[in-house]
Amino acid sequence: MTDISTQDLTLIESICGGLPMDARPYHILGERIGMSEGEVIERLQNLIDIGVIRRFGVVVQHRRLGYTANGMSVWDVPDERVQDVGKRMGEFPFVTLCYQRPRFLPDWPYNLFAMVHGADRDTVRAQVDDLARELDLDRAAHDVLFSRRQFKQCGARYGCKGKVDNEPCKLD
Amino acid sequence: MNDADKRLLDEFQRDFPLVARPYAAIGERLGLSEEDVIQAYENLSDQKFISRIGAVIAPNRVGASTLAAMCVPEDRLEEVADFVSSFEEVNHNYEREHVINLWFVVAADNVMRLGSVLSQIERKTNIPVMNLPIIEDFHIDLGFKLEWA
Repeated sequence: MTDISTQDLTLIESICGGLPMDARPYHILGERIGMSEGEVIERLQNLIDIGVIRRFGVVVQHRRLGYTANGMSVWDVPDERVQDVGKRMGEFPFVTLCYQRPRFLPDWPYNLFAMVHGADRDTVRAQVDDLARELDLDRAAHDVLFSRRQFKQCGARYGCKGKVDNEPCKLD
Repeated sequence: MNDADKRLLDEFQRDFPLVARPYAAIGERLGLSEEDVIQAYENLSDQKFISRIGAVIAPNRVGASTLAAMCVPEDRLEEVADFVSSFEEVNHNYEREHVINLWFVVAADNVMRLGSVLSQIERKTNIPVMNLPIIEDFHIDLGFKLEWA
């Protein structure tokens, strides 16, 4: 983990609620935290350049836009292939998250997770089949876990009292 | 939704202009006024098509996070889920259709606090918690490619 300056953390926290929809949003952010507009812009650019901010822009609501099914596809990929497979899997347009995680044997044999979004479950399943075929994973054990109930959709975000938010908050 | 709205959603999921007047810069590209752009984003936001314009932070660069899962007996699911949700460090707490049926993300300021949340959940519910932190992140986040019907 890279060290991030206090000023950068303050800036990240200040932007958690979203960029103000006002003609000079960076100026407004800066006023809240005692930074000039120029410094806000420069620091954001730097955070993007060093990869702390992986994406800066509009965060869409998949569900509201008709992508109502989300399936967590999970794969048991041989360790020696996981790097290669993971990289390629992460490039598919319908994959919105792709992580290697530890197995938890014997209950959980899967080490690669890819979130797949689609208009409905059949679409998601077909996309998972595509992944299996294209990445030569037909024989690798895999499964798709669909969500049933959402008990909590969105807590604090990263930097906003520490939170990852690669998935948009689902409000409906 | 009109074409301008679609472009506002599609084309600015990354590389949002980092200039003093970003909405004016967007307007210039789309042939809209600054005011139109702001108004359109406000509408899209009010209608919940976007959750915000903002920064998506790379996992584990700020604070510490993990994906955790539990195998909860059906008759205890609600009670356990509520307890899990009661931590402010917990979000995206879902029931998923699997024997391991409760899945949630925990994110805290540091690893110590993260561990403490997981062990409190385990102790209080008496159900083991699978801790599945990211080993490697393979996804290059370019935003979400929307396909308009």
